[in-house]
Amino acid sequence: MNLRKAFLAASIAALAAFPAAAADPVKIGMITTLSGPAGYLGQDIRDGFKLAMDLEGGKLGGVPVELLVEDDGLKPGQGKQIAERFLGEEGIKLFTGIVFSNVAGATIPDIVDNDAFYVSPNAAPSNMAGKECNQNYFVVSWQNDSLHESAGQNATNLGYKKAFVLAPNYQAGKDAIAGFKRYFKGEIAGEIYTRLDQTDFAAELAQVRAAKPDVVFQFHPGGLGITFLRQYEQAGLMKEIPMVVAEPSMDGVTLAAVGDAALGLNVTSHWNSDFDNAANKTFMEAWNKAYNRPVTYYASQGYDAALAYASALKATGGNLDDADAFRDALRKADFESVRGKFAFGPNQHPVQNWYALKVEKGEDGKPMLKTVGEVFQDHGDAYSAECKM
Amino acid sequence: MTLFLEQLLNGVQFGVMLFLLAAGLTLIFGIMGVINLAHGSIYMIGAYAGTWVATETGSFWLGIPAALTAAAVAGVAIEFLVVRRLYQRDHLDQVLATFGLILIFNQTVTILFGRQPLFVSMPALLDGSVELLPGLFYPIYRLAIIVVGLLVAVGLYLLINKTRIGMLVRAGSTNREMVRALGVDIRLLYTLVFGLGALLAGLAGFMAGPILAVQVGMGEQILITTFVVVVIGGVGSIRGAFFASLVLGIVDTGLRAYLPGLLRQVMVGSEADALGAGISSMGIYLLMAIVLLIRPKGLFIRNS
Repeated sequence: MNLRKAFLAASIAALAAFPAAAADPVKIGMITTLSGPAGYLGQDIRDGFKLAMDLEGGKLGGVPVELLVEDDGLKPGQGKQIAERFLGEEGIKLFTGIVFSNVAGATIPDIVDNDAFYVSPNAAPSNMAGKECNQNYFVVSWQNDSLHESAGQNATNLGYKKAFVLAPNYQAGKDAIAGFKRYFKGEIAGEIYTRLDQTDFAAELAQVRAAKPDVVFQFHPGGLGITFLRQYEQAGLMKEIPMVVAEPSMDGVTLAAVGDAALGLNVTSHWNSDFDNAANKTFMEAWNKAYNRPVTYYASQGYDAALAYASALKATGGNLDDADAFRDALRKADFESVRGKFAFGPNQHPVQNWYALKVEKGEDGKPMLKTVGEVFQDHGDAYSAECKM
Repeated sequence: MTLFLEQLLNGVQFGVMLFLLAAGLTLIFGIMGVINLAHGSIYMIGAYAGTWVATETGSFWLGIPAALTAAAVAGVAIEFLVVRRLYQRDHLDQVLATFGLILIFNQTVTILFGRQPLFVSMPALLDGSVELLPGLFYPIYRLAIIVVGLLVAVGLYLLINKTRIGMLVRAGSTNREMVRALGVDIRLLYTLVFGLGALLAGLAGFMAGPILAVQVGMGEQILITTFVVVVIGGVGSIRGAFFASLVLGIVDTGLRAYLPGLLRQVMVGSEADALGAGISSMGIYLLMAIVLLIRPKGLFIRNS
C-alpha cells in the first residue's frame, strides 16, 4: 500500500517535472517605463520586442523565451528593486527595456555585476560608454550624445550660425547639449536647463524670443516634447525661428499629437519608418498588422534588441551557462537591423549611419517624417577610447 | 522690460492655475481635515472628459460643461464612497486611501484612453497672440486663463463672504464641532464643498488641455506644488490660497527665467545654468520652509 502510494507520487512528480525541464524557456527580464506621461515609450519598446518574439512564434533565434515585464515608473529606485528581484528570485540572466538614463544608471550596474547581460533598447548615458563600460553591457540604440551630435551636424549643414539650446536638467539632457555643441560650428546664443517634470515652458520661450537666435535646438523626450512643441507653435515662434531636433523630440507619437504645427521641422535619426530594406519592411508590416497606432523609433529599438538576443541565442543554442560564448555571439551583431547597416564598436555601442529627416505633408495630407539625406556615416561615439574591457 | 512683463504674466498665469486647484484642496483640507491626494486625479478627469467631448463634438466650448460635470460627479462620488469613511481616521489612513484612488484612476484612464497623450485644439477665438504693449505679444489663450482665474477668485470671495453657505464654510473651517452642535447638516456641507473643489479642479484641468498635454499622471505633477500653496497660504484660507498661488507662480517663473543669468555673473556659464536650474526647482520649497519658520500656520491664518 505504502509502496504503491510512494510509486504513484513519484511518477506524478516525474511526469510533472519532466516536460517543464525539457521546454523551460529562457527568461528575459524587461524593466521599462510604462506608467506616467512617458509610458508610451516603454509600451513601444515592449511591443516592438514582443513583435520579434511573435514573428518566431514565441521564440528568439529558435529558442523558446519568456518575457517578464515590470514597470519602473521612471523611478531609479524602483528599477533597481525590480532588477534585484529578477536576479534573485527569478534567476534571470538576460535583461533589457530601460527607457531613461537615470533609471539605467541606477539599475544596470547591479545587473552586469551579477554576471547577467543587459542589451539597451534606448538609454545609453555617456559615463557607461566610457570609463564605466562593461563587457556584459550592450547598446542597440545609440549612445545618448550621438542623437544630438547628428542634430548639431545637421544644424551646421543647414548653415545656421547662432543656436539657442534647451534640455531637461538630468544626465541625458546634459549629454544632449554636450553632443549638439560638439558638432555645431556656430555660436550658442543661450542655454537653458528645464525640469524633467516641467509642463509649462512659457518662461523659457520668452527668453528664446528675446535672444533672437537663427535656430533652436531642444531635447525633450516623450510628453515633454509634445508640450514644448505645441507651446512653441502657440507662442508664434515656429514661423520665426526654425528648429533642429534629434529623434527623441519628434517621434511618431509626438508627430501625431503636434500635427501640422511640426511642418518644416528638421529631425535627425538613425531609423525612420520609410527605410527601404527588407528587415524594416517585415517590421513595419508586422507592426501595422498588430497595432493600431503610429510606430515610433522606440518600437524599432525594442525589435532590434530582441533580434540581438535572438542572434546570440541562436549561436549558442540557448545555453547561457557559457557566458563568454554568449557574449562573443552577441558582439558579432549577426542580425538584420531595421536601420540597415549595424555593428558594435569597441565599447559595444552601435556604429551606424545617421540621417536627416524633415516633417512634410504626406500623401494622405497628414504630416509625416521623410528621410531627406545622410548626416553621418559609420558614426560611433566619443567615449569608446576611454573604455577598457 | 517687455521681457520682464511677459515673465510676470507667465507667473500670474501659472499662479491662477495653481489657485484653481489649491482653492478646492485648501477647503477640503481646512474644513474636513482630509488630506486628499486624489485631487490631482480629479484635475485629470476634468481634462480627459472635457478634451474627449471637445474632440468628439469638434467644439471646444462643449468641453467646458463636460469637464465641470465629470469632475464634480467624480468629486461627489469620491466623497460619498471613500472619503466619508475617513473623517474620523488619522491622516495616514487618508493618505493611503486617496493614494489608492490615484492608482485606480490612473489605471482606469490608461485602459480607457491609452498611454498616449490627448490634445484639444484651441478655439479660433482664443488662438493667436495679442500685442498688449508695443513689442509685448502674449497668447490670447493664456490671457483668457488669467481672466477666468481672477473671475473664479472674485466669485469664490463673494460665495465665501456674502452667502449663507459661505458663512457655514467659514465657520466649519474654524470650528467644526461647534457648527455641528448648532444643528447644521455637516455631511451635506462636506459633500458640497468637496463637489465645489472638484469642479474647480476640473476647470483647471480642462483649461490646461490646449497648452499642456492631457495625459495619465498629469495631476500628480501639479499636486505637490498645490500642497505647497495650501501650506504657505494657510490651511482652509481661500484668500491665503489666492495670494500664495500668485506669489508661488511668480517666484517659480522668475527663478527659472532669471536665476541662471544672475549666477552667470559670478561663475562659469554651464555651471551657472545647472546650478540655477537646480535652485529654481527648489525655490518654492525653500519659500515654504521660510514661511513655515516665520509663520508656522501659513501667511493668512490669524493667530488665535
